[in-house]
Amino acid sequence: MSDPTIRTITVNALTRVEGEGSLRVRVVGERVEIAEFSIYEPPRFFEKLVQGRAIRELPDIVARICGICPVAYQMSACGALEQALGIVTTPGIEALRRVLYCGEWIQSHALHIHLLHAPDFLGHESGLSLAKVAPELVERGLRLKALGNRIMEVVGGRAVHPINVTVGGFYKAPDSAALRGLLPELEWGLAAAEEVVRETSRFEFPDFTREYECVCLKAEGEYPMNHGRVVSTGGLDIDVADYERHFQERQVSWSTALQSVMLPEEKPYLCGPMARLNLCFEQLPPRARAAAESSGLELPITNSFRSIVARGIEIVAACEEAIRLVQAAAAAPLAPCRVAFEPRDGVGCHATEAPRGILYHRYEIGADGLVKGAVIVPPTSQNQGQVEADLRDMLPGILDRGDEEVRHRCEHLIRNYDPCISCATHFLRLEIERA
Amino acid sequence: MTLMPQQPPPRTKPSLAVFKFASCDGCQLQLLDAQGKLLEIADRVQIDHFLEASSKVVPGPYDVGLVEGSISTAHDAERIREIRRQCRMLVTIGACATSGGIQALRNWGRIDDFLGAVYASPQYITTLATSTAIADHVPVDFELRGCPIDTHQLVELITALVLGRKPRVPGYAVCVECKARGTVCVAVAKGIPCLGPVTQAGCGAICPAHDRECFGCYGPAEAVNLVSLTGFYERRGTPREDLTRLVRSFNGYAPEFRAESDRLQEKGDIPGFHHE
Repeated sequence: MSDPTIRTITVNALTRVEGEGSLRVRVVGERVEIAEFSIYEPPRFFEKLVQGRAIRELPDIVARICGICPVAYQMSACGALEQALGIVTTPGIEALRRVLYCGEWIQSHALHIHLLHAPDFLGHESGLSLAKVAPELVERGLRLKALGNRIMEVVGGRAVHPINVTVGGFYKAPDSAALRGLLPELEWGLAAAEEVVRETSRFEFPDFTREYECVCLKAEGEYPMNHGRVVSTGGLDIDVADYERHFQERQVSWSTALQSVMLPEEKPYLCGPMARLNLCFEQLPPRARAAAESSGLELPITNSFRSIVARGIEIVAACEEAIRLVQAAAAAPLAPCRVAFEPRDGVGCHATEAPRGILYHRYEIGADGLVKGAVIVPPTSQNQGQVEADLRDMLPGILDRGDEEVRHRCEHLIRNYDPCISCATHFLRLEIERA
Repeated sequence: MTLMPQQPPPRTKPSLAVFKFASCDGCQLQLLDAQGKLLEIADRVQIDHFLEASSKVVPGPYDVGLVEGSISTAHDAERIREIRRQCRMLVTIGACATSGGIQALRNWGRIDDFLGAVYASPQYITTLATSTAIADHVPVDFELRGCPIDTHQLVELITALVLGRKPRVPGYAVCVECKARGTVCVAVAKGIPCLGPVTQAGCGAICPAHDRECFGCYGPAEAVNLVSLTGFYERRGTPREDLTRLVRSFNGYAPEFRAESDRLQEKGDIPGFHHE
């Protein structure tokens, strides 16, 4: 007979998350001995395989790290490479990059809220089964997702792995009529997203709060996306160039993804929608702020189960921003659509806010036009440590429940973070230390 | 009174399973888009295994298995064999599953760069030296190309599977799509080395329409002559290294592309081909 004081809870294949991960919990008496959020996807070694590729190829290659947030990879890579090349883009190019990023946020958040996360709150196995009883909810999610995709098609040329993004700008200026054509659906999306905030804020949230060290970018006068300084609730305020001095990735035995910690305490931290709202609420555009205020959401958000509301607020913000920027872009066609560059030896780094949080890239390039080295830190490897810390904290309070309920609550908690496992895995670095 | 046609006997819905190997998720994500047809599809097929979308996991066997991603670990090489046994029909979706994907670039790495390299803690990680297509490991019934696959083609595939007919997917080159949409040829008019003449259609020729080269997302088209094409670009002044990289990317390990990038790299001429 097994020891009744030892409970082991495992989820061999997490569902409704992007990619392949598992969960292992071991409790001895009241003590949580193991809480491992394990990522077992095979590594793809992107940082290695971009070596020797042409600078211009990088936005296409790094997009393939993630099918859900390819724009994030393209934007961080372009920013870092442009810095290494010593070129500065135009305000018009930056405005359209922000529109493209808004498209990605809308589709990624809409997918997670409606198809992956809402089923947890409403007692369903999937968005598909949810659609049988709440078709309008799921259809709204799919329509919002289609809106995000459409923005990415108009500006980026394709929704998954956009082809119009290049170092220095865009291959071709988006068509003004096509841009203008986005506006009616964006207006619908703005109202629909406000409804998402109202609806999700009425969900029942498990009672689980804790203090988070939140980390995100912060920019003057705009909600962070493509630019900003790295700030934290603990008072960190640094230039992106100093990122690697304050954060460090490390390998853990149970995961093919590296976990990132904050230095010098080597503590886990939180990035993503909750962190952004907690640190940049003042930068939200007006309707997003109003939606947040009328939802009754209290800041700072200390319950990760409420991240679904934060994502809704960010869809409102992204629609609002896209409307403003698309109107301006349609009125003044982009010319030139890109800034030319001459290869040179250089190093550059840049961070942007992917839907799931801060995404840091650093590249070393050569005068031969080729990439010499790359460092990429995706948001999910940064949140992975925080997910495990949450699990450890939450488990003692729910151990009186049955295994099935505990298992489901743990899975729900992991989904609060919208983990992107393909992203996290693909950076396992080949450190060459010859024996 | 109208004579009602006799109703066919109710057919059980075909069961569908989606599996992921080394990949970015972008192809299975297309199923969640499916041009707004996701809910319709969910009505016509029984989705028994789709971890990204549903916590409902029904054990096999399945009528159709859609496989995304390439084989890059010993464990995955074993897993795909088991999946093959579970699926009456196995369809690969996307460049990773069909040709090994961008991660197949490691197949050209110096072996000791990868195998001899020591990780911080190598004992935790097992990986093969190569990333290879699903068809290199098990028989595949149909392949849907693309990086990512196209949602229209995916909907066509599923429709065909439900109706029990062969999916209609073009085997011709991207050039045909450029002509159909009236795009001026970027290779001829702008001197841009473009893979359109040797790449299978399906994307809608979006890259030339954005004033840039096709870079081969859909892999080699039927009966292509890569040597002739790269020779043309080379004579016009594109360095061989650039052409090697162009051919060796998202579908670089597809046999035709692989042979050509190897030939370009080795600077070895094909017999009978006069190199200027």
